[in-house]
Amino acid sequence: MHPAFSVIFLTTLIGAGQGLFLALFTGQFYSTVELVEPQPASFYAVGSALSLALLVGGLAASFFHLGRPERAWRAAAMWRTSWLSREVIVLPAMMGIVFLYGVFHWAGWTQPFIVLGEGTLPIDATFVLGMLGVLVTLALFVSTGMIYASVKFLQEWHSPYTIANFIFLGTASGFMLAAAYSALLGNHLVGFFGTWAVIATLLGLGTRTASLVRNTSIKHRSNLQTAIGIRHRGIVQKSQGFSADSFNTREFFHHQSPETLKLIRVMFLVLVFPVPIALVLLAYALESPTLPIVAFAVQYIGLLAERWYFFAEAEHPQNLYYQQIS
Amino acid sequence: MVDENPYDANPTGTFFNRVQTYEVGSFPSTETVHFPKSCLHCEDPPCVPVCPTGASYKREDNGVVLVDYDKCIGCKYCSWACPYGVRELDEQQKVMKKCTLCIDRITDHTLPEAERKPACVIACPTNARLYGDVHDPDSEVSVAIRERGGYALMPEWGTNPANHYLPRQKTHMHVTEEDLQRSDNPLTKEDITVYHGEETMEDVTW
Ligand code: SF4
Ligand code: SF4
Repeated sequence: MHPAFSVIFLTTLIGAGQGLFLALFTGQFYSTVELVEPQPASFYAVGSALSLALLVGGLAASFFHLGRPERAWRAAAMWRTSWLSREVIVLPAMMGIVFLYGVFHWAGWTQPFIVLGEGTLPIDATFVLGMLGVLVTLALFVSTGMIYASVKFLQEWHSPYTIANFIFLGTASGFMLAAAYSALLGNHLVGFFGTWAVIATLLGLGTRTASLVRNTSIKHRSNLQTAIGIRHRGIVQKSQGFSADSFNTREFFHHQSPETLKLIRVMFLVLVFPVPIALVLLAYALESPTLPIVAFAVQYIGLLAERWYFFAEAEHPQNLYYQQIS
Repeated sequence: MVDENPYDANPTGTFFNRVQTYEVGSFPSTETVHFPKSCLHCEDPPCVPVCPTGASYKREDNGVVLVDYDKCIGCKYCSWACPYGVRELDEQQKVMKKCTLCIDRITDHTLPEAERKPACVIACPTNARLYGDVHDPDSEVSVAIRERGGYALMPEWGTNPANHYLPRQKTHMHVTEEDLQRSDNPLTKEDITVYHGEETMEDVTW
């Protein structure tokens, strides 16, 4: 497939935004049960604003993918059958919840209305919003992943790994950002967020490598014989029905050499996994306020490469019909 | 439909039907196969449920798969979900286009019945295209599919295309001298051509 930058930015930006929200609420949960020190309201308010900005940025990027962005609202119609439609509904829902979560914290509407667990777990409005937000975040990860994983003849994508990768890589990126944000503020949550970021990154490493291994040995079910229905081993295309390029040659091919693909793969395997982990560990050892920021930035660049490769590695069966321009 | 740079170096545009060419076998025993490719109007079209706007739909009454150009947002997702690569984005109107089976012709009751067919079927000079109802077991197309071994493309995806392809037929012809000569032709005085028995049709007909 052709890696479109609109979709690369959409998925990486909302992934980081979703992960950051998960990180904020994880922080809130841990401080509610007094496992980490409590943070001021501004920490959550500004954090939510940051998460919201990433979600809005992703949404904005997605508009560049559409031929007719002015009609984008119509895309909410077919949620019963289309994962794309579901994503279009869940993304604004998540934005709304993140917005409210930030506003409630900022306004200090955090009086608990019920206390659970023998006085150890006070539940306030932000807690409820946070729980809802976590559900919506997961729903959004699943919707985004299923857009790709549900197309069964894109065999490289048609696997649970696709969804796992979106979940773990987005979460990793968001927790990295939370660590960077904490480092910038100089609070004591850097190690906490950093640890979770490393765990999510390692999980992502597991599922992403598993999908890479799966895809290198994938056996494509379609071939030229089934494509044109002639049972003969020696079939060569002589003309694809036009003398230059077409939508079919632009949308479904990456037009890059195998060397470039290999390079991008090495690049993301290095930038997404070992380098940020090393930087987080180093930051922990040196108590550096800047290294977590570098770790997030490096991993984000790596994720752009990862997403590029994700598209490029998928072979669409229609490509069988477009081997030869003449 | 778009036709960009038709006379320049890089002509491109939107096609409903592309006629491709394949070479089967290795020299000298090769065959050239011309292969027209358009939307196959699948019975179970994977391109329809993925469309977020409902612009892609399958007509209840006749099963034709269509795009509502007024609803389409040009997200291209349906083209990813068609294994045959027959949907093409119109680069000017920025909406998805594909073969409509000439829906306006085939449903136009002001046309004489014989003309209620897709334009390509009417135009084909060798009658290579047949058109009819695949659900009617007695229709011309059903009979052809059944009796001449019609097959579907990429059956592995369970799309169940309505359009079928018929296997190539090889025509062998043995021409004897008597077939070419009307031995009892009263107008023939004498035949001055010397035949060697290796002539082809082109050598002896005019
Ligand atoms: S051939 Fe492609 S576009 Fe046409 S109905 Fe089937 S899946 Fe849809
Ligand atoms: S390009 Fe148009 S027809 Fe295709 S899925 Fe998107 S909205 Fe539907």
